[in-house]
Amino acid sequence: MISFSGVAKRYPGGQEALKGVSFSIEPGELAFVAGHSGAGKTTLLKLIPAIERPSAGAVLVNGQNVGALKRAAVPYLRRNLGLVFQDQKLLYDRSVYDNVMLPLAFSGLATREAARRARAALDKVGLLARERANPIQLSGGEQQRLAIARAVVNRPSILIADEPTANLDADAANAILEIFLAFHQVGVTVLIATHDEALIGRYARRVLRLAQGRLAA
Amino acid sequence: MSGWLRQHRQALGAALAKLAAQKSAALLNALVIGIALSLPAGGYALLASLQGAAQRIALDPQISVFLRPEAKRPEAEALGARLKGDARVREARFVTREEALRQLQAAEGLAEVVAALGRNPLPDAWIVRARATEPAALEALAAEIGKWDAVAHVQVDSAWARRLGALARTARLAIGLLAALLAFGLVAITFNTIRLQILTQRAEIEISSLIGATEAFIRRPFFYLGALQGLAGGVLALAILWASLAALNLGVRELAESYGSAFRLAFLEPGDALAMVAFSGGLGWLGAYMSVSRYLREMQPL
Repeated sequence: MISFSGVAKRYPGGQEALKGVSFSIEPGELAFVAGHSGAGKTTLLKLIPAIERPSAGAVLVNGQNVGALKRAAVPYLRRNLGLVFQDQKLLYDRSVYDNVMLPLAFSGLATREAARRARAALDKVGLLARERANPIQLSGGEQQRLAIARAVVNRPSILIADEPTANLDADAANAILEIFLAFHQVGVTVLIATHDEALIGRYARRVLRLAQGRLAA
Repeated sequence: MSGWLRQHRQALGAALAKLAAQKSAALLNALVIGIALSLPAGGYALLASLQGAAQRIALDPQISVFLRPEAKRPEAEALGARLKGDARVREARFVTREEALRQLQAAEGLAEVVAALGRNPLPDAWIVRARATEPAALEALAAEIGKWDAVAHVQVDSAWARRLGALARTARLAIGLLAALLAFGLVAITFNTIRLQILTQRAEIEISSLIGATEAFIRRPFFYLGALQGLAGGVLALAILWASLAALNLGVRELAESYGSAFRLAFLEPGDALAMVAFSGGLGWLGAYMSVSRYLREMQPL
């Protein structure tokens, strides 16, 4: 469960990215965060894994106040979240397979079990045949799917994606959305930020609409 | 296997893979450290060898009592009797001026010099071995003998041992200073190497941190990298030292044999050698620690 109550975020320099944002997302729910660029979508998503801390209000994830987490506790919070970043943040000095293995390295999993999970994650996003490739050789849609595979390899209960369909054509974007839907159907909480109104329109789901840092009703 | 052990094994593996991926750079770094460390280690080995030799001299100190050139044989015998009667003297041996000259002529390259002198310039002498071995007692005894009749000059070997000891202490201090300076240098080298490594792995560090790697997990491979580099440098320093001493000993052997001595420059004791490698590894770790503390903190997206 994710719950925001009266959350504000002011960046150093005075820019107010979020103002009085309150909402709650139930376990297993799929929701979109919509709004123009600069509306505060990325900031909202960054508060959940404590990449940013709120200036006011409380952000609760599975009952834990993540805004007040100690620095040393943050990694353990992030391991329970699947994060798909706007710029994907893939490593181009290693194979597709090794990219997916990265989060398993610090979970202390035995190598054999880690390899099994990595292949299962690649299989779910349809990239098992490309495991030896370098991410640079993948298409935009495939790179996005790789980012999703890395996010889900630790079997998180919450999946958060920032503009996962940006720069993709409609077919590739739909393929990505179908993957998120599949995770949603097996009980994973999914939160997707997008500015693509057409996409939101195709899937009739709950929408948190941000405008200038405020949540519209 | 416990997760903790596996993580350390992974970190060590990652560090070794980094070294293997940059063989020439890693080798150059280790070589720089090795050469730097071989200097104080070599100084230490030379000093240890020389001190060993100095101790052998000091263990059997002699007092040479030279008589006045005009002293007659009865005077010499009276002096001998007095020396032998002294409780502090263990043994006294008379060396006539003729015998001393023969010894001098036998010495390599001095026969012509002696022949050129024409007459024997050497005095009669008593070679005294005292019961005491400490320099202060020897010098007190020598000073007293110096005031006796017919004695022209008294020389104590231990004075040389004492001077050698003072020289060795100075040399040891110099080597210590050199080692301290080079230790700073080693830390600086590792600091910089790890800094560059952190910069090249910037993306990996940032992403790992974003998806749940602990700080310890991110830091660990760099610590191993620094320590491994230091250890490799230490081992190279030993190799450089061993080869240098072997080369020097070719010359030393010839020189020592001409003096009828089996003196050789000795390699470090196994314990010292091990300590040096461990010290080098520790300095590498320290350099890595400083670098990681300085650069990772400012990079972490928190």
